[in-house]
Amino acid sequence: MIALTVNGETHQVDVDPDTPLLYVLRNELALNGAKFGCGLGQCGACTVLLDGKPVYSCLVPVAALRTRKVRTLEGLASPDGTPGVLSIAFEAEQAAQCGYCIAGMIVRAQALLERNTRPTADEVRAHLAPNLCRCGTHMRILRAVHRAAEMMGGGVRAVAEREP
Amino acid sequence: MVRGTRLAGGIALATAASLLLAFAIAWHPEIEPTMPPSPSSFARKLVIEGEQLAKLGNCAGCHTAEPGRPLAGGRSLATPFGTIFAANITPDAETGIGTWSRAAFDRAMRRGIARNGKHLYPAFPYDHFTHASDGDVEALYAWLMTRPAIASRAPETRLDGVVAFRPLIAGWNLLFLGEGPLEPDPARSSDWNRGRALAEGLAHCGGCHTPRNRFGAEDRSRAYDGAMVEGWYAPPLNARSPAVRRWTADRLHLYLRTGLSPTHAAAAGPMGDVTRALAQARDEDVRAIAVYFASLMSQAPAARQDQHDAMDRQLVAQQAHPEAAVLFAGACAVCHEPGAPMMQQGRPPLAWGTPLQVDNAHDTVRIIMEGLASPAGPAGPAMPAFADILDDGQVGALAAYLRARFTDKPPWSDIGAAVAHARRGDGK
Repeated sequence: MIALTVNGETHQVDVDPDTPLLYVLRNELALNGAKFGCGLGQCGACTVLLDGKPVYSCLVPVAALRTRKVRTLEGLASPDGTPGVLSIAFEAEQAAQCGYCIAGMIVRAQALLERNTRPTADEVRAHLAPNLCRCGTHMRILRAVHRAAEMMGGGVRAVAEREP
Repeated sequence: MVRGTRLAGGIALATAASLLLAFAIAWHPEIEPTMPPSPSSFARKLVIEGEQLAKLGNCAGCHTAEPGRPLAGGRSLATPFGTIFAANITPDAETGIGTWSRAAFDRAMRRGIARNGKHLYPAFPYDHFTHASDGDVEALYAWLMTRPAIASRAPETRLDGVVAFRPLIAGWNLLFLGEGPLEPDPARSSDWNRGRALAEGLAHCGGCHTPRNRFGAEDRSRAYDGAMVEGWYAPPLNARSPAVRRWTADRLHLYLRTGLSPTHAAAAGPMGDVTRALAQARDEDVRAIAVYFASLMSQAPAARQDQHDAMDRQLVAQQAHPEAAVLFAGACAVCHEPGAPMMQQGRPPLAWGTPLQVDNAHDTVRIIMEGLASPAGPAGPAMPAFADILDDGQVGALAAYLRARFTDKPPWSDIGAAVAHARRGDGK
């Protein structure tokens, strides 16, 4: 049995120690927010927070976790089931088309806004760059992150182009 | 008494003479500022040639701090003497080199003296650029002067201790600066000679791959023996090359142009940036450099025996490092295990890469922690960073496992230090 802490709850799971965290979340714990995209750490659909930092859960052997804390999309909601700020913002901006990448996008954006509610537009883009969206809703995703930053009392700063 | 006075007088005279001599060596006149030349005053062909040479020398690598402001300087370089900030080399008149005449540029490139007469620190590799031909310097000048001028004042470099006094660099130059072009070797091919001129000159390969002495100058008696630069180990490029597969001119050419060698590895760290620049240099020039280095490595072990069979001591490694074997299976195997999808695309096995073969763990540890950007050439996977997935002990154990599984070399003794060093991330 391997113990892991997800969204504040400790679980015992009976899996091989090299099983990727993503499989444990989906198959053992029925936390289906994180998606299987490529399984190779290239697309970001499986992004979760590990001690507050965004990681590809498809590349995290569950035995590597030890006491470190995992948070998933589900963990961003309030205990009463109210969705997290980013989820509300993504819905308001209708940022999902097929929706497959959105859980990863929200979780990665969460890591940024927890650290800094006043990032620059460039910082948002650079931060989200590892996560791929193939529908092309990037502009809506960016607007949703801007909206969430404002809802958190901050906002995304547009940095004026400098003189050439 | 008279003798004493004479002696004192003699000493005073000698001191004055040496001071005067030192002053004469250290002092350089300012070269009059000129109006920035009009971009249209340069022939298009010359500008293109200059661009290709600038890619070969990767000027932008050091002189760009922000991608959107190319060549505007400000990037820091950690050296044992303190942090040096790269200059703005755009043609901005106030903060760049806009008022530098061709003669002023030439003097900076070949002798390390700025337009205003100040000595430049040899972090700017004028000890290499001094070997560039007149035509090459002219082309580079044409290219730089036709770039967009960007107003940006780089932070002032303040070094520690005595090296803060720039005229001392005159002494460094006396000792370590061999001015002028290299004599061609008539016994070698024209490709080899061009390759040497470029490698020793504008491409300044020794800047990273040759160890430096305590004065910060390249130790020519150990040319291309391999050296640490900004927390990365630049491996040997001579008979000491630890490569498993033979470095032929063809293989080097492909590697330098694309950042990926199917018989070796993907270019990592600063070399990744170098290959992304070389991808835009003149193909014949890169080819010539490949010919030169293939000849320098012609006495290396892999040149005598090209080992086709990739070493894989899976069982031995698993027994020695059982926890790391689990980490490898869960985090790495999906790409790197023989038969994995990436391996079907002609990517080299880990056993063929230099990082596991050299006698320090720095490159392996940094690649695990920081990942690798996509190579310049073929489309394909990038390696993700594992710094936030694995803790320090896990990174170290994984490095030890890789060394044990894919080489038959003794275990590394510096893994802990290499991990701490990479985690600190300041390159010192």
